[in-house]
Amino acid sequence: MAEPTISSPSAPPSGLILRSLTLGYLGLMVVLPLVALTIQAAEPGAGAFWEQLTNPFALHALRLTFITAFAMVIVNIVTGTATAWVLVRYRFPGKGLVNALIDMPFAVPTVVAGLMLVVLFGPSSTLGAILGKYGWGVIYHKPGVILALLFVTYPFVIRSVQPVLLEMDAAEEEAAATLGAGSWTIFRRVTLPTLWPSILTGAALSFSRALGEFGSVAMVAGNHPLETKTAPLYIFGEIESENRHGAMVVSVVLLACSLLILIFLNVLQKRGGRAHVH
Amino acid sequence: MGIAVRNLSKRFGNFHAVDDVSFEVPSGELVALLGPSGSGKSTILRIIAGLEPADGGSVELTGEDATNLPVQSRGVGFVFQHYALFRHMTIRQNIAFGLEIQKLPKPEVRVRVDELLELVQLGGYAGRYPSQLSGGQRQRVALARALAPRPKVLLLDEPFGALDSKVREELRTWLRKLHDEVHVTSLFVTHDQQEAFEVSDQVVVLNRGKVEQMGPPQLLYEKPATAFVTQFLGSVNILRVETVLGMDQDDERPLPLELPGTDGPVLVYVRPHDLDVMKIRNGRPAWPARIGKLTPLGGTVRLELTLHDGTSLLVELTRERALELNLHRGEDVFVSPKDMKVFHESKAFVENYVI
Repeated sequence: MAEPTISSPSAPPSGLILRSLTLGYLGLMVVLPLVALTIQAAEPGAGAFWEQLTNPFALHALRLTFITAFAMVIVNIVTGTATAWVLVRYRFPGKGLVNALIDMPFAVPTVVAGLMLVVLFGPSSTLGAILGKYGWGVIYHKPGVILALLFVTYPFVIRSVQPVLLEMDAAEEEAAATLGAGSWTIFRRVTLPTLWPSILTGAALSFSRALGEFGSVAMVAGNHPLETKTAPLYIFGEIESENRHGAMVVSVVLLACSLLILIFLNVLQKRGGRAHVH
Repeated sequence: MGIAVRNLSKRFGNFHAVDDVSFEVPSGELVALLGPSGSGKSTILRIIAGLEPADGGSVELTGEDATNLPVQSRGVGFVFQHYALFRHMTIRQNIAFGLEIQKLPKPEVRVRVDELLELVQLGGYAGRYPSQLSGGQRQRVALARALAPRPKVLLLDEPFGALDSKVREELRTWLRKLHDEVHVTSLFVTHDQQEAFEVSDQVVVLNRGKVEQMGPPQLLYEKPATAFVTQFLGSVNILRVETVLGMDQDDERPLPLELPGTDGPVLVYVRPHDLDVMKIRNGRPAWPARIGKLTPLGGTVRLELTLHDGTSLLVELTRERALELNLHRGEDVFVSPKDMKVFHESKAFVENYVI
């Protein structure tokens, strides 16, 4: 992406030093670890890499991570958009408090978030016991993982849709109404197309966050390989059991996904930027 | 009748935005709602469209009561100040929107959209997005979109408000021409007196949520019903009655101004072009005055005069008259009114004096 550069005539001659320093820092902090991991993961050769990747435990962990993240994203798209809608379009008492509460999941340490879910839904809790009776295990089961992901990614979609909704000109919707469109048609054909880029941005951000979520998932998932062990838990476990290569291979897969999401977000932003020019 | 509005009222909290407003727009006419900001003109338009509920009163569109109809079934075309085009749709999709809602068959939609693109002279722009058009072009698209489903009435809310003055003027003339072709009953809101006069068949003047006067532009200008209308339509000198009575009068031509009774204040309004300037007295009632400033404005010359009692007076002379008089700054002259309007605050009517 071409970022705008602002050249100022008063830029000091030391600009070269400053540039080298900041770029060097970026290289040291971001690029170097990335490269180191990738090289070390690839070093034993493609065969070994493939072997580690297709190990049923690794495959299951990756698949579980993607499935739970995907389920979380679907829920977030609906609830996040609806919540943003309610916050922008309706007036109700305590709205300021609600608005502040939305960011709570970002502030709560993720291990604590996991613990809260265990306390609420764990087998020894009342709610957990009732659900367990009907065969709906939450904690130490997949729904628990999804629940933890939903909690830690709660603000993403809301916070990306809200400003767009706020900025939206009500006249577009009014124009559609004068042309005979009912409220559902207006939402589908006028409002939603304007919101889509921001919904997708929020969704991608929460997906990327979910891929790497460790603390809360560790609390709710327990230690059940081939059942609730997600990729980050698998990586941690492999390091514990001294299979460094296995951990690195799965890490590289997660890295590649994050990179793809980053590219996707950039493309989205570029396109969004074009469509919003007045 | 195209639009009939009866006893409309609307409050926002304690503010009476629309206060017992009634007027009618004859079928096929283009009428302007003219008033300063806060006069309730946009609110009235939005109530007619159904975008805003009224607190009281009724709205009739083409003879049918529409007071309780939702906006979707009123059959109005609405043009917004900031265009409100669907930005993710092409120009063609924008114009087709209302037709698609009506479930018109695709080929017919196509034909109708082409027809409208032609009408608003944007034939080559069908595939573009609103962000790729200029302001004037966007407003033409908005107009085409509003007209596409053949609305019963067309409502325009400050349609030229967001455009710069040159484009504004072009679009005004163009709208008038378009209306002469299409003849859809139209009501448009503006705060610009010149715009209202130039474009519309009739003007409704609003002030503080009430109708001050309605009529063709010429009538409003020549026979204003209220002090507000006189003041709002063009510039005017407002004089105290003492100043007027203090005019030097030659005996043969007494001032035909009846001394008002004691009931309430009286103000006298004289338009700048209803004043004449003379170098020597010619028997007409006149004030001696000094020229403060001369401003040539093309076809006319504007003078700022000061009377002996300190009243300042704006005078507009034709270029020829000014040349003939050969006036200079600081010169002492005589100024005489040709026409004045007298408003008694206690009476509802206006006395017109032609001298």
